[in-house]
Amino acid sequence: MIVTGTHRVLVQGITGKQGTFWTERMQAYGTDIVGGVNPRKSGTDHLGVPVFSSAVEAAAHFASTGEGGVDVSVLFVPPAGARAATEDAIAAGAALVVVLTEFVPVHDTMAMVAAATAAGSRIIGPNTAGVVTPGEAFVGFMPAFDDRIFTPGRVGIISRSGSLGTLTAVELTRAGIGQSAFLGIGGDPVSGTTTADAFAALDAHDGTDAIAIIGEIGGRKEEDAAALVARSTKPVVSFIAGAASPPGKRMGHAGAIVEGATGTHRSKRAALTEAGATVVDVPWQLPDALAEQLG
Amino acid sequence: MKLTEYQAKKLLAARGIPVPPGRLVTTVDDARAAAADLGGRVAVKAQVRSGGRGKAGGVVVVDAPEGAAAAARRLLGSELSGEPVSELLVEQAVDIASESYLSVMIDPSAGRPLLLRSEQGGIEIESMTEAIERTIIPAGGFRAPDELTAVVVDAFVELDALLMEINPLAMTRSGRLVALDAKIELDDAAGFRQDHPADPGDATTERERKAAELGLRLIELGGDIAVLANGAGLTMATMDAIVAAGGAPANFLEIGGDAYTKATPAMELVLSQPGVTSLLVNFCGAFARCDVMTAGVVEAWTALAPDIPISFSIAGTGQDDAKEMVRAIGHEPHETMEGAVLAAVAAASGAARRDGPAEWASQGR
Repeated sequence: MIVTGTHRVLVQGITGKQGTFWTERMQAYGTDIVGGVNPRKSGTDHLGVPVFSSAVEAAAHFASTGEGGVDVSVLFVPPAGARAATEDAIAAGAALVVVLTEFVPVHDTMAMVAAATAAGSRIIGPNTAGVVTPGEAFVGFMPAFDDRIFTPGRVGIISRSGSLGTLTAVELTRAGIGQSAFLGIGGDPVSGTTTADAFAALDAHDGTDAIAIIGEIGGRKEEDAAALVARSTKPVVSFIAGAASPPGKRMGHAGAIVEGATGTHRSKRAALTEAGATVVDVPWQLPDALAEQLG
Repeated sequence: MKLTEYQAKKLLAARGIPVPPGRLVTTVDDARAAAADLGGRVAVKAQVRSGGRGKAGGVVVVDAPEGAAAAARRLLGSELSGEPVSELLVEQAVDIASESYLSVMIDPSAGRPLLLRSEQGGIEIESMTEAIERTIIPAGGFRAPDELTAVVVDAFVELDALLMEINPLAMTRSGRLVALDAKIELDDAAGFRQDHPADPGDATTERERKAAELGLRLIELGGDIAVLANGAGLTMATMDAIVAAGGAPANFLEIGGDAYTKATPAMELVLSQPGVTSLLVNFCGAFARCDVMTAGVVEAWTALAPDIPISFSIAGTGQDDAKEMVRAIGHEPHETMEGAVLAAVAAASGAARRDGPAEWASQGR
């Protein structure tokens, strides 16, 4: 899930306003955009790359020319089309499908994740701002192109939120701490890539020396990642948003039975602290906490 | 969106799951008439969405029809857990032999539907967790243990539900299964393909309702520092930072996602809150562009010309244009979020205490 400049990236929904705006920025940054998808504009060129009717057609075309496959596909697609577009990307052989779409029905997300798992693909998202490898490439809608925000380095960031992830990069860059990767896992309760999945990837990544987990109240993603944090030899710092927010409402008795005491700020902070992470009160304390952990 | 018990039972009954005979009423006279038609003992149940209804006195079993009228007189117009009672379900009382529990929800860790079943049911179910059988429903293929469970699991998928809970599922003395109470929560995101009932939302104030109509989610918190930020994560973090700095946020209002173009009405809403003495704008643009959001904020600020201090922190997509817009109306954005938060807190407390820490924080970190 750490994207480099050699990964071949397809943009589903490339011709729309947001697809166009962000594809231009991805291209300028060094992301290898090899084509786009829009069934109504198939056969045309957009931003210097060919537009296909589907991801599967794009993959077939690339196979016939021998230029390579589709490594990554990114979706600028509305909620009603997200599931079909994801299944198309999986069928095209994309190893990574970045689903930026917000408001994907959760039953569709579950079906998408099941399809990806069966095919050996990975979904990032839905409702993610994407992934950034500073100095190399980015996929999604993160301000990677601004070197006051993202700078190359050796700290990996995992974030459920695009805006809070951006803030984290700003704070690290201002303190002279560069980043190896930003992995936006998305803000939905069910995600193709969890905090634990992203942590495992950064833990195994040679270019990453330390990891920042940027979480939020709700769900069990941070608690579930704590076991991996405890086993890791890399320093971990964390900020969990929502200490001052009223707790979310439980879903009937079932929600209380399943979640128990998890999901709260206190629960997440305790789980990560016990696992050896430094959990800070406000985001601007992250650089000092990292410096201290790195020694 | 949470359904009321009546709406939930209608969906269950349509799938052949037995529910007690009953009628939805909104007046005392209709409650009396419904009870007279049903005959014998009836349950009068407030149709509110919040939990703990039974414990709060929202369900009474009475002798029809005058008992029902009296219960209706007491419940209609009252509040249960802050929710006004405007509808009652008048239902034939059931002769219960035993109670069990059945629910399906999304397990956030497994990312799959989770089936919960128990031989015991009722309002104390949460303290009987060892008696609850848990089954993750795998992708593609699941053999339900009985017909009723199969119907509920199918309905869970067909309805785009987030939760279906029957508690208690009663066995009557005559040996029939009846869903005595039901909770259903539907996925608002599936509205494009579902004929879901209208969502009343969970707004509790006039401003929150107005925000919801505009497609914005506002939660009023009663503090004196109005907050405008983009994205739920950054907005929560901004509130946390205000509290950590000794301040009190007035609201949660985020304009992330597609709502980033609604900065003008969002600004008008937060400024209309009573008791606000300081405004903090914190933008970190990714998809939501700082220039677009700031243009909206500046427009509202200029039109309303409020007489309170404002602090800006702006970073991310479109930040340079956004900062120029702020300077054009005579304000200097803070270099950091820390600087903006401290200034906003100092300005708010400074309004109350003239010798407050305003100077300390106005150094523009």
